[in-house]
Amino acid sequence: MSLLGKLSWDAIPFDQPIPLAAGLLVIVCVAAVLVWIVVKGYVPYLWKEWITSVDHKRIGVMYCALGLLMLLRGFVDAIMMRSQQALAFDAPGYLPPEHYDQIFSAHGTIMILFGAMPLVIGLMNFVVPLQLGVRDVAFPTLNSVSFWLTATGALLVNLSLVIGEFARTGWLPFPPLSELRYSPGVGVDYYLWAVQISGVGTLLTGINFVTTILKTRAPGMTYLRMPIFCWTALASCLLIIAAFPVLTATLAMLTLDRYLGFHFFTNEAGGNAMMFTNLIWAWGHPEVYILILPCFGIFSEVISTFSAKPLFGYRSMVIATLFICLVSFCVWLHHFFTMGAGGDVNAAFGIATSIIAVGTGVKMYNWMFTMYGGRIRFATPMLWSMGFLITFITGGMTGVLLAVPPADFLLHNSMFLVAHFHHVIVSGVVFGVFAGIVYWFPKAFGFRLHEGWGKATFWFALAGFYVTFVPFYVLGLLGMTRRLQHYTVPEWRPWILISAFGILILIVSILCQVMQLVVSIKHRNELRDETGDPWVGRSLEWTTPSPPPVFNFAVLPDVENTEVYVDVKQRALAEFAREPHYEPVEMPRNSPTGFVCAFFATFVGFALIWHIWWLMIAGLVGAYATFVVFAWRDVPDYVIPAEEVARIDRAARAARQGALASAAPP
Amino acid sequence: MALRWRVAWWAAVCPAALVVGSAAGFAETAPSVLSPAGPVGAGDRIILFDATAIMLAIVVPTMLATLGFAWWFRASNTRATYRPNWTFSGQLELLVWSIPTLVIFFLGGVIWIGSHQLDPFAPLSSKVKPLEVEVIALDWKWLFIYPQQGVASINRLVVPAGTPLHLRITSATVFNDFFIPRLGSQIYAMNGMTSQLNLLADRPGTYFGLSAHFSGDGFSDMHFDAVAEPQAQFAQWVAQARAKGPVLDRAAYRGLLAQSRPAAPYTYRAVASGLFDAVAARDLPPGEGPQTGRGGVAVVPRGGT
Repeated sequence: MSLLGKLSWDAIPFDQPIPLAAGLLVIVCVAAVLVWIVVKGYVPYLWKEWITSVDHKRIGVMYCALGLLMLLRGFVDAIMMRSQQALAFDAPGYLPPEHYDQIFSAHGTIMILFGAMPLVIGLMNFVVPLQLGVRDVAFPTLNSVSFWLTATGALLVNLSLVIGEFARTGWLPFPPLSELRYSPGVGVDYYLWAVQISGVGTLLTGINFVTTILKTRAPGMTYLRMPIFCWTALASCLLIIAAFPVLTATLAMLTLDRYLGFHFFTNEAGGNAMMFTNLIWAWGHPEVYILILPCFGIFSEVISTFSAKPLFGYRSMVIATLFICLVSFCVWLHHFFTMGAGGDVNAAFGIATSIIAVGTGVKMYNWMFTMYGGRIRFATPMLWSMGFLITFITGGMTGVLLAVPPADFLLHNSMFLVAHFHHVIVSGVVFGVFAGIVYWFPKAFGFRLHEGWGKATFWFALAGFYVTFVPFYVLGLLGMTRRLQHYTVPEWRPWILISAFGILILIVSILCQVMQLVVSIKHRNELRDETGDPWVGRSLEWTTPSPPPVFNFAVLPDVENTEVYVDVKQRALAEFAREPHYEPVEMPRNSPTGFVCAFFATFVGFALIWHIWWLMIAGLVGAYATFVVFAWRDVPDYVIPAEEVARIDRAARAARQGALASAAPP
Repeated sequence: MALRWRVAWWAAVCPAALVVGSAAGFAETAPSVLSPAGPVGAGDRIILFDATAIMLAIVVPTMLATLGFAWWFRASNTRATYRPNWTFSGQLELLVWSIPTLVIFFLGGVIWIGSHQLDPFAPLSSKVKPLEVEVIALDWKWLFIYPQQGVASINRLVVPAGTPLHLRITSATVFNDFFIPRLGSQIYAMNGMTSQLNLLADRPGTYFGLSAHFSGDGFSDMHFDAVAEPQAQFAQWVAQARAKGPVLDRAAYRGLLAQSRPAAPYTYRAVASGLFDAVAARDLPPGEGPQTGRGGVAVVPRGGT
């Protein structure tokens, strides 16, 4: 047993130019950024204001930054997959199978777990406490731990690019393929530990937000006065609490198989690999609702704001959300109708699956009626929402189609399926997240994003989406299965080429998105939001200045109406402007616990992947010691004196009063 | 205005027409599930069309209404009435919950009936006695055993047209999924388990078959031709297969367990009895997996045959 376990120079892909060059490029870029930060003297600022911050707004922004970065990484994988298939008609293409298989596995893992999840959780982090009218989440330090553990997972996945390999099993590592006999390399181990470590972070987030929403709302904020986004966040976090332990246990069993010679899912000694498929989808199906429900919340907020109307059928929306939350746990078998469960079981789960569409259908109609009688402004967030309404409905339809067992017997695992889940996840989650980012960006940074570049991003994304993914439906109907590294059927080729062209349109969209950020930052003074309410919003976050002070609310708001803020505006601006009685505010102290914990967790993960046992023990001891130090702290909070609170709040009120008066309620 | 509506209409209709039209267009050459060559595929396709039609009946009006509302209630339209306080209507809520529920009732019926009528395990009604075929998924090739004829074939499934097929399917290695798109339903091949699939090719032809579940580096080559021939030609094929080729006994079977991608299909002139059941019962060892390497990227095989 060597000191470095299985790690040796063989782990570096010297013989594979593509990952090596890509890895080197990434290392150079990261190093350049780090050097720039150090030289410019930004380290103390970053450490004090961001890395050790337990402010939910800062953590939310960091989550979104991580998510956007990983979205880019996942997109690079997508470019490689599309170009490989475009070249690989009756030819080997440029990516050999052992590399191509890693790319589609990494693409799925990164997009769902390290792209979409951080973006959704990031928006929840930023928005939920502001909408609830509170100063932070229930467990601020835990929140920081959650974020940094997610970052650890993302780091491990990206490390596999240069050191060793990633899983070659697909984004869900189905045994027996993922067992040691068929995947002896470290790829599956990278997957297991990256997902396990970030999964702990996600579970903690779920607990944190359920506690926050159930226990720490502003005075008068009854459940039925919460903005709909808070409801969807609650439903999503309830799903996290119920589903992520299933994932953890399932992956733990596979880990025991791989590390300690157990036989849960092996081909030998009575292992049953079907059980893995069963268990992983018991997590995997709720997981998609964990992603989509908060996005439904974002669309609800955006459509209501830009239609200048309250959400139509609020209670119906709440019921539909909880209905989806519950039923999403009763449908997982539709992922394996073709394992031969028999007519009764297949029919039962097929019907259960289509029942979910009732909840989604109700939401569709309520969004439609929210627009009815409104005064709709088509700003960028509303465009993303319109794109969603029109696109998601057909994506949902193909999903229900796949829930019909005999149709699934033709389309299971085909490109039609790939088209379906990209259809709903892109139009639902990605469009939702972008709507949310453009919508709340001024709240987070104090200036709006450039509208022109934002609209360009949207139109290219919409066109790119259709051109890329509609051909997948055709390919699925033409009998093409997913994950092919090369193929020999000539009829597939034109559609694959069209899809590759679609990727080019999506690249333009991403460039527009980057330009939007650059242009907006450059022109931030013209785009500055003085009012704190750039969109004429309808919930509590718009009563705070942009960006909100660290304590969010100088005085906790007393809430009397579903749409508190609008109500206040309508009743009397004067009342709103009357100065409240300021008191000192207690806020949680910054803490490096999350960062240090994740630092050690990274070593634990890396050591377990490479069987470096001493390093694993050292890492575990370090992480535990961090926890003990944190638990023994004497002073968890610091106090902002009343005069300071008053000073900050008066300035903000003065700036806003004039703006609000001029933008009188419609 | 008129032009806008025309554009919107084509934008809505074109993709759907494009998808179905193009997938059906290649009827006889592409392995399209929309051009079935047997009753199972045809049955699956009817369900697919029925379910699509039921849903489109509600999806298309909803899409048009959404676009219409958004267009009419745009802020710049002074003729639209602004109703800032219209946020609830009990009758509408009832309607909003009823429409999808009724659709799902209807669709639920289709699901229930379809799932039972087209259960892959259910035998097909036919006067002709079914041909038995035992299918074993290996890394990375398909082994077809004909127990009644006592022959076997690698990567080529020859069957008589018009005769029902009763397939028993297992895997000697990782999960695979047996699928001939133009004949209909697919089903998993799993180690230690026996799936069943009943298919029928109506007419002679060569139908593309594949594995529809990722099975490792050689997965892309796990496709095969399913050849449906007139009865006489099938008998001739069996006779030829019996005349030459190696014997598939347990030793020869063990040779198939190594990862490989055969360059061309071939046949066995005889097969040890009970081989399939021994594989399904795990009496024979599973596929070997990669032969060398435990560390990083240097895990073979890298392709080759």
